[in-house]
Formats: sequence, structure tokens, C-alpha cells
Amino acid sequence: MTVDRVVLDAGGQAPLLPVARDAFLAALDEGWADPRRLHSEGRRARALLDGAREALAAAVGARTEEVDLAPSHTAALHTAVSTVALGRRRVGADVVVSAVERAAVLHAADFTAARGDGRRVTVPVARTGQVDDEAFVAALARPGVALAALQHANGEVGTLQPVAAVHEAARAAGVPLLVDAGASLGHVPVGDAWDLLAANPGDWGGPSGLGVLVVRAGVRRSPDRPSDEDRWFPGGVSVPAALAAAVALESALAGQAAADEERRALVARLRDRIPAEIEDVDVAGPAEGRLPHVLTFSCLFVDGEAVVGALDAAGFAVGSGSACTSSTLEPSHVLAAMGVLTHGNVRIALPRGTRAADVERFADVLPGIVRSIRARLGVVDL
Amino acid sequence: MTGEVTPGGAGVPDEVVVDARGMLCPAPVIALAKAARSLPEGARVTVLATDPAAAVDVPAWARMRGHRVLETTEDGEHLVLTVLLGPAKAR
Repeated sequence: MTVDRVVLDAGGQAPLLPVARDAFLAALDEGWADPRRLHSEGRRARALLDGAREALAAAVGARTEEVDLAPSHTAALHTAVSTVALGRRRVGADVVVSAVERAAVLHAADFTAARGDGRRVTVPVARTGQVDDEAFVAALARPGVALAALQHANGEVGTLQPVAAVHEAARAAGVPLLVDAGASLGHVPVGDAWDLLAANPGDWGGPSGLGVLVVRAGVRRSPDRPSDEDRWFPGGVSVPAALAAAVALESALAGQAAADEERRALVARLRDRIPAEIEDVDVAGPAEGRLPHVLTFSCLFVDGEAVVGALDAAGFAVGSGSACTSSTLEPSHVLAAMGVLTHGNVRIALPRGTRAADVERFADVLPGIVRSIRARLGVVDL
Repeated sequence: MTGEVTPGGAGVPDEVVVDARGMLCPAPVIALAKAARSLPEGARVTVLATDPAAAVDVPAWARMRGHRVLETTEDGEHLVLTVLLGPAKAR
């Protein structure tokens, strides 16, 4: 007997939306050619690619020429940081980030700061995961800052960040602000408080193998790679992936309000049931001011790998920020920065269309799973 | 490496040291909680751990149980965290 699979781990890569799959397949036929070629086939591929960029630009309130497509979200973030740092090297080499930025941003900040003899200035967060905005503003106003990076929302715990206030201060200081909307776009409005915006098609139900970087005209940056016709991301991107990403985003935005309401209610239900039915659970992130579909919690004395494995055997796909579930044996830097228990961690990001019955069933089986792991570890009465 | 509990300072019965070096999460916190169970409010427990997660998980456990982390230091390859135990009913 096969177990019905319930995917509750859509963060970063959601199941492909059916409309995105259709668009991808159609573009394999219509847009297979190299869009740099001047023949009819090449021009048809170019038209599809341009149309995708135009749709993506419209979705975030930008001009088409401000949208660059990248081979991944990670590549988009690396390039955003390194090209702006290079373009502004005469101003300084410091990069201001929150402690809970995606690893790609932190690593790019370390890499570029070291190259320019600057440093990564890391601003701490509260227990809720929200960055200390006063400290962030103070840090970016100091001399020698090449750029600042603050995520729109944290993809691991769901916390929205004060990007509007920080962007206002960044603008006053003349420092470009990179906003990583990789966990937000397609789920909540991302606003216009950014100079560079990075977004992740996989997260909104588009295909893998694509990233989006939007850069406002006037942001100074220099290419950091050998020269190519595609200046910022040499070699260009897959036309079918670009088209499918744009179609998926239009679909996600059209249903955004309804999906927000549905998924917010399901997460609220889990936030009620889990701490009521399982002892010693540390729920991360705020009840308000969060993404609608993300929930993270940690179970005291439980090993994260065991809980992920037991849930998988029961038919549920979930993520985890516990050290034992990572290849490096380091716990999630996000949970660590927040001071949330890192072991026994379960990370949930509900895909669109998640059924309430599946969420209830998840909440039904979880207490037994945690109880049996605790019994095995002999920690029930601790 | 065995989670051995030993009296800390000579003649100070309410100070114990838990050696959780070499253990991976959640074992250091479990060893610490087991040691804490039999100790009174106001006792100090020091845990030695090489697992980087202990730096976060010991304070999180203390918060959830009403204890207080007095000090976190590094001694070469391992972390040293000292916890002041809160009232037993909170545990």
C-alpha cells in the first residue's frame, strides 16, 4: 500500500503549478532556440523571453529593462551583492546584513567585504526574528558601506522585516538596499521599498533553475564576471523556465488574497494545536506580521532527523533547521540568531491548495511521533 | 564523553559539571536536564559541550524551564555554559 504524500515543505521549491508546467512544455516547442540568434526560431524564443521579463517586471512594479534573469536564486543574490560592492568600491567595502539573511547573502557579504578590505556588519534580531531596525539604520549610515541587505520576510520562520523604514534610511544615507523577497513574492505584496529585489520562482510554484534580480535604474554596479552579451548573468537562462516562472507568478498573484486567507488559517490552527497537544514545544516567529504559509517549531529533547524521518514514513514531507539534518552539522543560523531551540526542529511551508484535512491529520499524528521519540530517548520525565 | 556528572568545586555539593563533549544534539541538553532533575533550586550546573548547537539549545532549554544561564565561555575546543536552576515546579 502506498501512503498518500502530503508536501508541507514548499519553501524555496514548491510543487510546480499546473499552469507553469503547461507553459514550460509549450515553450519547449516554441522557444527551444537560442534567443541570441537572428533567425525566425531565435526571434520567437527571444519574444517569449522578453514577454516573460515584461510580465515579471509588471508583477513587481518595475520596468522590463530593470529585470535580469539568473540561473538560480543563489546566483541572483551573489551577483547582487558582488556587483554593487564592486560598483561602489570607492565608497567602501562594508556590507550591512541582518543576522537572519539567507546563507547566500551572508556568504556573498563575507566574500566581497574580504575582497575590498571591508567587513560584514551583522545586525542582530529579536526572539521573533525581526531585525533591530534602529541598529540596522545606524549601521548603514556609517561611512564605508557599499550596500545593505535585508530580506522582505524570513523563509524559515516567516517573520516580516521592517523594509520600509530601513529603505527610507538607506535612501537618506545613499546606500543601496538589496531586499531578498525569495520567500515573499507570490505570497504577500512585496511593496516598493528596495533598490535591488531578488525573487525565487521555485518558491511561488515556478520551475527550478531560475532566479530573478530586479535593479532600479541608478544603482551603481560593475560586472564581476568575464564579459558576455548577458552582462550580469553570462550565458543567459532557459527560455521555457523563464516563461513558466512568469506564468506561475501571474497565477500566484491572481490567487494571492485567497491563498493568504486559507493558508493563514491553517497555520493559525497548527499554532494552536501543536503547543496544546505536545509538551515542551518552542514555536518560532511572531503570531502576527508573518508570511501566511510558514511555521517553524522545535520539540525539546527530540532529534530533528528522527522527527523528519518519522513524518516522512507517515506520508508528510517537512523541513528542519536542526544541525543533525544539515550536512555541516551546524544548526540553522536563523534559529540560533533568534535564540530558539535548534534541535527537534520542524519547518513547514504550506503549498497553495493545501487541504485542511491534511493539516488536521498532520496535527493528529505529530504528538504520537514526538512521544515515541522521547520515550526511546528516555526523556519523558525530564 | 560519557555525560558523566561530577561534583564541581570541592566541598560545594550544589555545583556539578556535566561533560557532554563529543555528544551531538540533543544529547548535551538531555544530559544537562538529567543532572538538573535531582538538584535543588539555586544549584549551579556547568555543561561542557563540543556540539555548536549547545550554545543556543542550553539557553533555550533554560528559558523553557525557568532556569538562567549565568555564563557562556569557550575553553579551547569546547563550550562551557553555567546554568542557575530555577524552582522545581517550573521544570
